[in-house]
Amino acid sequence: MTALLEIRDLKAEIAGKQILNGYDLTVKAGEVHAIMGPNGSGKSTLSYVLSGRPGYKITEGQALLAGADLSQMSVDERAAAGLFLAFQYPLEVPGVATMTFLRAALNAQRKKRGEEEMSSPDLIKRVKELAKILDMDMEMLRRPVNVGFSGGEKKRAETLQMMLLEPKLCILDETDSGLDIDALKVVSNGVNQLRSKDRGIVVITHYQRLLDYITPDVVHVQSAGRIVRTGGKELALELEETGYARYQSEAA
Amino acid sequence: MAAVQETVEQVRRVGADQYKYGFITDIESDLAPKGLSEEVIRFISAKKDEPEWMLEWRLEAYRRWLTMTEPKWARVDYPAIDYQDLYYYAAPKSTAGPKSLDEVDPELLRTYEKLGIPLHEREILAGVERPEGEERPRVAVDAVFDSVSVATTFKEELKKVGVIFCPISEALREHPELVRKYLGTVVPTSDNYFATLNSAVFSDGSFVYIPPGVRCPMELSTYFRINEKNTGQFERTLIIADKGSYVSYLEGCTAPKRDENQLHAAVVELVTLDDAEIKYSTVQNWYPGDENGRGGIYNFVTKRGDCRGANSKISWTQVETGSAITWKYPSCVLRGDNSRGEFYSIAISNGRQQVDSGTKMIHLGKGTTSRIISKGISAGRSSNAYRGLVSAHRKAEGARNFTNCDSLLIGDACSAHTIPYIEAKNPSCVFEHEATTSKISEDVLFYCMQRGLSQEDATALVVNGFVRDVLQQLPMEFAVEAQKLISVSLEGSVG
Ligand SMILES: Nc1ncnc2c1ncn2[C@@H]1O[C@H](COP(=O)(O)OP(=O)(O)OP(=O)(O)O)[C@@H](O)[C@H]1O
Ligand SMILES: [Mg+2]
Repeated sequence: MTALLEIRDLKAEIAGKQILNGYDLTVKAGEVHAIMGPNGSGKSTLSYVLSGRPGYKITEGQALLAGADLSQMSVDERAAAGLFLAFQYPLEVPGVATMTFLRAALNAQRKKRGEEEMSSPDLIKRVKELAKILDMDMEMLRRPVNVGFSGGEKKRAETLQMMLLEPKLCILDETDSGLDIDALKVVSNGVNQLRSKDRGIVVITHYQRLLDYITPDVVHVQSAGRIVRTGGKELALELEETGYARYQSEAA
Repeated sequence: MAAVQETVEQVRRVGADQYKYGFITDIESDLAPKGLSEEVIRFISAKKDEPEWMLEWRLEAYRRWLTMTEPKWARVDYPAIDYQDLYYYAAPKSTAGPKSLDEVDPELLRTYEKLGIPLHEREILAGVERPEGEERPRVAVDAVFDSVSVATTFKEELKKVGVIFCPISEALREHPELVRKYLGTVVPTSDNYFATLNSAVFSDGSFVYIPPGVRCPMELSTYFRINEKNTGQFERTLIIADKGSYVSYLEGCTAPKRDENQLHAAVVELVTLDDAEIKYSTVQNWYPGDENGRGGIYNFVTKRGDCRGANSKISWTQVETGSAITWKYPSCVLRGDNSRGEFYSIAISNGRQQVDSGTKMIHLGKGTTSRIISKGISAGRSSNAYRGLVSAHRKAEGARNFTNCDSLLIGDACSAHTIPYIEAKNPSCVFEHEATTSKISEDVLFYCMQRGLSQEDATALVVNGFVRDVLQQLPMEFAVEAQKLISVSLEGSVG
């Protein structure tokens, strides 16, 4: 069976500076992977390369989503194919109501996939359900996308978008940072609801705490632009003890 | 390739291909002799069966115009206009004589149908959406085709409440005393080169009078269509809101694609007496020319409102997407004490369009207030300038203005300029001015596209967000249409 995400010996650069140095990763449908690693090791870079952010250039290797070469697809095609990135720093879209944004995004994806658009009443109903799960006020969804949202509110909003769009592959870049303890539980609960045998989830995090709620099948340690160690969920506990020092010297 | 770069490539291809209203109606026209002379002015006046004083008024304007020179201060650039190479009057032959709706030439009816403008009262404007169950909005329409009005709807119903809504040529015949009392009192014949030219040769436009205490029961609107080749359109609109009355009026315009430039020099005059209010909205969609800057309308327009009475209010809302060149400053003279002027503008330029637009708020009375919100969007190789004047005269005790001008740039080949003038002769007035210029954010576009929006849709969404404050000022009936127009005018021809 083809893996959901297959990254082979990927090298990528930004502004002429190589950040990913031969990255290998395979995520199968149904799996949850955690990626941990020191600041600046290229975790966000990986997420941007996969989603096609302008300026990030693949120089070698390949990244395949369900067998399709991502480098051949535009940003929105990747999204419609089921790749979702919950941003480490979500952007603000002034003047565009969150609800309008959600409708535009969902229907754009559906249209690209040749599916029927979701009607406004159905959409509102669905969003209400999700807002309830994430303990969000509907009032917030009438406000412009992320504008004036607190750090934690932005992360909840990202999670809501992800749950609405039901992507095949979810990449969560430090979705836990900025969340208080209660919010962490609520958001983790939302993410766990997305766990399914057809879906892959990659969580990038610095903290073992998140993995108490979202139990990963595999944990990777990333350093200097590649994965240097892979293990089970106990690896995260070990990192909590030892830190990254030994991996940084190993990679160097 | 960066997302913005791609957008730029796409918008370069916009222009001729995107313009939906570029068709030509094949209809036989009655033309004035080419060029401008006293004879031509007499011809126009006679065609409209005008009173003698009107002809004199025109001739006086013409003589003055001969002594004037074209203004050159705007940030626009175009080859010299040959005023003798134009037709100053063109009317479909079939419109001779007054007609009921059923008698209007079917070719003209088809034209308006294609433009989405209903000339039958049972129809509604295209693009108008309403939640189910709610009554359809009714909009009275005056349709002006080249130099004549071809139909006006709901006239009878409006008459019942005393509202006069008719072509200005008809008003000159039916209500000469009203026209004479107000015409040229807001924009005098000597005002500026194009207004003076208009005064000499103006053809049709709408006349509106709202009697004291009446709230006009429906939206009024005029649709201008230039069809004939080498023809200038010189419409004249006069709206009077008598004491304590209210009216909301909308103007729309389109023209065929032609390789030659066409001149449109309109004058709009608004008058509000005590406690009256006029809300004037424009959705301007003249043909902008092709991507090389060939063809398109020269839109040289003088629009001014006079808040003559105390506590009266005039608000201008404009969505400007068309024309090769726009030169336009809808203004308010705040004469009555505690009167209020508002200007809300969205000006989008793309391709090789040039826009020099803005407003003037002239505070004369005590306690007068004004508000200016301007959103300029430049794409392609266009140039977009906001030019605004806020002034307070000595007696304008306690006058206040708030101005906010934001410019958004899409790509590297366009430009935006903000040119504010402020004059305060009374020390008690408070004028606030805010301005920003920014490029459309690559990061925000990426974020939207990561959620599945195409580049065009992402751009349109960001732009719609940028102009939201102004869009909200449009009558609900037209906001949806305006929003679509904004998307279309930024759209590329992506396969
Ligand atoms: N535009 C850029 N130009 C040059 N270097 C860049 C650019 N963007 C990112 N980098 C560098 O790339 C490296 C990887 O950054 P990245 O954001 O991927 O790290 P990260 O692992 O996500 O870190 P953190 O844990 O702090 O989020 C860093 O050294 C960063 O400075
Ligand atoms: Mg990061």
